[in-house]
Order: sequence, then structure tokens, then C-alpha cells
Amino acid sequence: MKFLRDKIDQIKKPFEKGQKFEKFAPAINALDTFLYVPNHTTKHGAHIRDAVDLKRTMITVVLALVPALLFGIYNAGYQHFIQLNEGVLPSFMDIFLHGLWKVLPMIIVSYAVGLGIEFAFAIFRGHEVNEGYLVSGLLIPMVMPVDLPLWMLAISVAFAVIIGKEAFGGTGMNIFNPALLARAFAFFAYPTFMSGDKIWVSDATTIDGVSGETILGSLAQGKEVAYSTMDMFLGFIPGSIGETSVLAILIGAFILIATGVGSWKIMVSGVIGAALTAMMFNAVGLTALMNFDWINHLVVGGFAFGIVFMATDPVSAAQTDKGKIIYGLLIGFFSIMIRVFNPAYPEGVMLAILLMNTLAPTIDYFVVNGNISKRKKRLAKSKQLKSA
Amino acid sequence: MSKDIRIKKGLDLKLKGEAAHKIADATRSKVYAVKPSDFHGVTPKMVVKEGDNVKAGEVIFYSKSDEKVKFVAPVSGKIQEIKRGEKRVILEILIAADSQDVFVEHSKKNPNDLSTEEVKAHLLASGCWPFINQRPYDVIANSADTPKAIFISAYATAPLAADVEFVLENKLQAFQAGIDALAKLTTGKVHLSVKGKGKSIFKDVKGVSLHQVYGPHPAGNVGVQIGKISPINAGERVWTVTPQDVATIGELFLTGKFNATRTVALVGSEVKDAQYYNVISGAAITDLVAGKIEGDNVRVISGDVLTGTKVKMDGNLGFLSNAVTVIPEGNTYRMFGWMPFASPSVHSASRTGLSWLMPGKKYAPNTNLNGEERALVVTGEMEAVMPLDIFPMQLLKACLASDIDKMESLGIYEVAPEDFALIDYTNTSKLEAQQIIREALDLMIKEVG
Repeated sequence: MKFLRDKIDQIKKPFEKGQKFEKFAPAINALDTFLYVPNHTTKHGAHIRDAVDLKRTMITVVLALVPALLFGIYNAGYQHFIQLNEGVLPSFMDIFLHGLWKVLPMIIVSYAVGLGIEFAFAIFRGHEVNEGYLVSGLLIPMVMPVDLPLWMLAISVAFAVIIGKEAFGGTGMNIFNPALLARAFAFFAYPTFMSGDKIWVSDATTIDGVSGETILGSLAQGKEVAYSTMDMFLGFIPGSIGETSVLAILIGAFILIATGVGSWKIMVSGVIGAALTAMMFNAVGLTALMNFDWINHLVVGGFAFGIVFMATDPVSAAQTDKGKIIYGLLIGFFSIMIRVFNPAYPEGVMLAILLMNTLAPTIDYFVVNGNISKRKKRLAKSKQLKSA
Repeated sequence: MSKDIRIKKGLDLKLKGEAAHKIADATRSKVYAVKPSDFHGVTPKMVVKEGDNVKAGEVIFYSKSDEKVKFVAPVSGKIQEIKRGEKRVILEILIAADSQDVFVEHSKKNPNDLSTEEVKAHLLASGCWPFINQRPYDVIANSADTPKAIFISAYATAPLAADVEFVLENKLQAFQAGIDALAKLTTGKVHLSVKGKGKSIFKDVKGVSLHQVYGPHPAGNVGVQIGKISPINAGERVWTVTPQDVATIGELFLTGKFNATRTVALVGSEVKDAQYYNVISGAAITDLVAGKIEGDNVRVISGDVLTGTKVKMDGNLGFLSNAVTVIPEGNTYRMFGWMPFASPSVHSASRTGLSWLMPGKKYAPNTNLNGEERALVVTGEMEAVMPLDIFPMQLLKACLASDIDKMESLGIYEVAPEDFALIDYTNTSKLEAQQIIREALDLMIKEVG
């Protein structure tokens, strides 16, 4: 492997300090460090360091997304062929390839646009490229409808990365989850594409009489739900690419919790919050949405995907341990509230998480303040003792 | 009176190269060095010149900010060189040692018969004062203060740290005398923390409030124990002394001599037959490690792997070091080493490696950073290794922003850099937490005092 290393060092020569392409060093470093953990040694503080770094953390999230992604690709094909209604479904491979044909370009566009902007900002600001977009870049296509035109995807990505992230100072500084911001942007900028019954099934415009609405969409219009809880759990339903299969998402959740990368506190409290809210509405039961079974609420739509992969984004979530529990509970609560009371936006979890993103610093503020006032009380007490 | 301290948060790093319970005398060095940088914040004012002859225990410089605080020569000999760096900062004072030490003779004293002022004066004059550290700020104590209490941690939990019980086994009498002297300096208590598991040799020490400590590193950090026993409030002062230094202080009272000999553990994966050595502070590193090291691409650390200072092979042992650790340098590339579960030889406290599945495995870490510095993204990992009742990430951010009010309210007075050593180690973003805290404490000294 020494040959490869020597070659890379040779290629990197013009990018060294004082050389011609010094400014572009972050770009070449990002590629190099993808191959090799660099030879940097500790200069200050502890002389030894943990094996974990941001690259490893982010790739773990990407791995956790893979089951949902693979299922999403298959389901994209499955929904297409089942709506074609030709009686016989094509082979597994054909279904998967149809899905891949639709989804792969979206992933490529998302990474190309997003990473392009990240690299440009890194070079402009003179810092190394942060790995955060490895996750965002995969999340964004997975929360989009399969038939979204690629140019819309590109604009959403650009908006999320520039306005949502870089404007705030880059990775680690953003207030909102970039992937959700991309989805929200697409949702509000191109409402006709992002709702209705055509968008959720690939090539739906070429199919007659498609009934590809999301379940929440039909519920909001007062229609009957044609899918069983099992369908919703396994994911053979129309919806955004990655969100439909709760089973695949649970595999991802297991990976995140087992590796400690995703906060189980947020996931568990989110599910509890949503379940309690939905049970409460079940008890009241005035409308079809209120009567929608609480278990179904947990497995339908983007809730599972949102609570596992979006709410747990450590940057935009609450950062304190206690704060995470409150944050999760409120996301669960607001997700169901929005679903039930605002049928114009049948997907509540996206808005709930964005809302809680804005409130997360406030939650942390109160949690940290508890610690501060404890310290102040101790000081006052010791002063009292001294004067006594 | 015994109160238990139990710690849950933290991390015991299991490293290769633990010292066997054997002590040998190190070869006497030709040249000894005193480095003012071993005493944080001290600007030295020289008393001796190059070419002067000094006795062991003779004053060679004092602190510019507190003239009473004096620093003495560890050996008798001739001042060979006063090495200066940029802006004439004194880097080290080299003393060419005599073949046998001639000591400055102080009279033998029983601390119990002395007044507070007499004990203080004796410690200051003999050069023992720099052993006394102050919290907050982790600097040498101000001789004008009277501390709320004095804390001594006789339980070392840092990776490969010298076993205090073994080192002081035969010095208990001196240790007791040191405790008696220190007790004179405070109106409060002298708190002594010892290991909880097994029988401690310090159980019968008199005049202390004894605490048994349980839990992973940093349970042995004196700052963590202070936080559990009696946290420091704004405006308060407490003092800390390490157990070996307590014995040195005691020896001064018993024998009338400042004896700079200490027992140092020579440890680390690159050391052959790791064991203990009796060595005089400031000894040349080569005399300690020559012939005992495997490989040549190594880093020698005066102290432990988390908080020690890097020393060159031709450098000298730190004044207050109780260990010398030798580990491999990590200036090599590791292909795809960032992949989850890759490189099982590199330990990780997170569960993205395989370490958590092999809790008993011992590691031989090198000095590789294992990544590059990044923005703070991951949350919760700092809290997992921070047993003090503070919010570490929020405090670090306040320190980075030099927001004094916020630092104060988040508990800057309760911490020392060493309490953030594990955060240095575990944090995903490779943030230099100890350095940030040190700089913040220095800012506090300047602004608040």
C-alpha cells in the first residue's frame, strides 16, 4: 500500500503551504482523509486519542440508513408496477431496478450539489470539509417523493445547505436540520408537486386512474384507508422514498442505538409523546383523523423516519440529557397535533421537528439554568454560614 | 470519620506496560534541570548565576509575583547553564551535579509544636511551598491565603499511574508528619481520599477526614473529590497536595533536609520490564530510560498519557512527575481507519469500535490524533466522562467565547485542566479541552484574580 500512499503524497505536493494550489488544500485533504486516517499526532493535551472521529460517526448513520434506502428503492418500483395494474408483477430484480433507476439519480444530484457547495465553502473559509453532509446528502432524497423533478431537488439542496447551514457558520452551527429544511423548502415552494396523488408513485402521470395518495392525505380528505397496519409497518404503501417501511427504519434505529450514535432518549420519548397524544385523541374521537388508531399513527407517514433519523440530529436537537427527553416528548406531541388539526399539512412530523429545532436551545437554556441556580444557591448558603 | 465517594461517570483506560511492584535506584545523572514551566504561571527571578555552586535545597529562583515562593535546587552542584528562549524567557536551569549531594541543613522540627506562621515560613524558606496547589485555577498557592480546606488524593486512577500505596509504603511516618504540617495551614479540615477497594495503608493516618473512593478514572482526580466533598464557590480557596509531596514535606520536618528524591513509575507499552525507580526530580530522561525502551519512534511523556508533558530524549524529568510513560508515536497513515469497527487495535470509548465488546483487553495506543479537528457535533459524550456536576460542553463553549460571567456561573472555579483530560481523549471533534480550560483559567486569574 506504500505505492498508493506515495502517489497521493506526490499529488498533494502542489497543495502544500506556500505552493500554487494551497487554497484548494481542504478539497484534496477531504479526499485523502477518506482513504487514510492522516498521520497527525497530538500536540496539546492528552497524548492519546479515541478511535472515533466525525467521519466514523457520520458513516455509522449512513449505514443505519441503508436498510430504509434499499427498501425505499424497491418500494418505488413496487408502487409503480402495482398501480400499472397489469395483473402480474414483474420479477423482484425488475422492480428493484426500476426503483434504482428513479432513486439513484436523486442521490447523485443531492450529493453533487450539496458536497459541491460544502467544498466551495471550505475552500473559501479555509477550513477542512466537515463530514456532516454525508448524512444530509442521503437523507434529503429519502424524504422526497420519488417523482420529484431533479432540478427541484437540486434547488432544495442548495437552499438547505446555503441558507440552512453555511449561513449559520457551517456544520455544528445550524439551527435547523438541513435535510428537513430541504424537504420543507420543496413542500412550500412547489406545493402542487409535493402533495396530491400523483407524486408518490413513479411515472404516475403515465398511469391512468392512479390512487397513489399517502394514507394521511386520504384521511385528511375523509377517505377510507385501504391498507392494513401490517402494510404500513412493512412499508408497501405510497410515500416518500425512505419513510414507508417501519421495519427497515427500526433496523436503522437499532444500529444507531447500539453504536450510541443516535440518542435513544429522543427516540423513546418521541414515541411515547406521540403514542400518548394519539391515545388521547382516540378517546375523544370526533373526526376520522382523531379516530385513526394510535398504533397506526406510529407506523404511518414519516413519523418513524423523522423520529429516528431527523429528530436525533445532535446539532439541531436539544443537547442536554434532560433536554433530549423533553425535546422528544414535544416532537411526538406536536406531530400528532398537526396531523389531527391541520389537514392541509397531513405530514406533521416534519413541521413538529422544525418547530422543536427552534425551541431546542430554549429547552437547554432552562436545563442548564437549573445547574447555574444550584451553584448560586450554594454560594449564597456558604456566604450566610460565614456571616453567621 | 469516613465518607465514601462513589463515581459512575468516567473511563478506565486499560493500557499495556503497567509497572511491576519493584523499585530500583536510577543511575545518578550528570546534569539535572529545573524547568519553570513545571510551575504554571510562575515567572522566575533568578537568584543564582551560571557558574555558581549550589547545595541541594538551595534557592535558585523565586516567583516574580510572590517573592516568598522560592524554588530550590534538587541536587548539589554547579549551575551549568540558564537556558533562555524567545524574549529571554527562562526555559530551564541546568545543574551539573556533584557525585554526592550536600544538603542545606534546616533544623528538625515537630509541626505540632509550631504556629501556622512558623509552618508557613518553614515551607516557604525550604522550597516546599511549590508543592502546594490552589483551586480554583490550578496554580501554586498564594502564601497570604488561608484555605477553606486541604485535599490530598492518595488514589491514582489515571492510566498506568504510579500506585500511591506502593510508593509510600515505607514513608508513612514522613507522610504523617507532612499531614501534621499541612493541618496547621487551614482553619478547615485536611481531607485524605484513599482507594475504596481493599485495605488502604492510609487508614490509620491521624488528623484527616478520610474518604474512600470508588469508581473509574477520574475518581482519583482531586478536583472530582473536592466536587463531591465540598464544591468550591466563587471567592473560596482550597489547596491540594499530591501524596508524594506530602511525604517530602514531612521529611523536611523530620530530617531538616529537602529531599527531591521521588519514586517514579516507568511505564508504557514501549518499556521493557516496566517498574518503579527512585530518582531525583529533574534527572536526565536518558539515565532513566536508556536500554529499557523498545523501538525508536516513541514519545516520552513526563507524567501520564492524559495530562503529562512531552519530553525529548535528551530532556529532563519534570519537577512534580510521578511517572514517565513511553508510547509509540502515531505519525503513520491508517487506510480506511475511520470506518466503523475498523482498526480493533485502537481503543474507542464509543460503541462505533469493537472495544466495548472486549472490556478486558489492554491497548497499546500511539499518539495519532485518529482524525482531524471538526466542529462540535456529537452531544452527550462529554457528559459521560465528567463526574463533576457541571455541563462540560456548555462550559467549554463559554471558555472559547471568553464569556467570564457565563464561565463563572457554569462552574469554572470547580475545574482544572486534568478534569477535562478524558474529554480530550473521547471527544469526536478532537477538541483540545484541557488547553481551552487552561487558557480560560489564566484569563480568570487576570480578570478576576
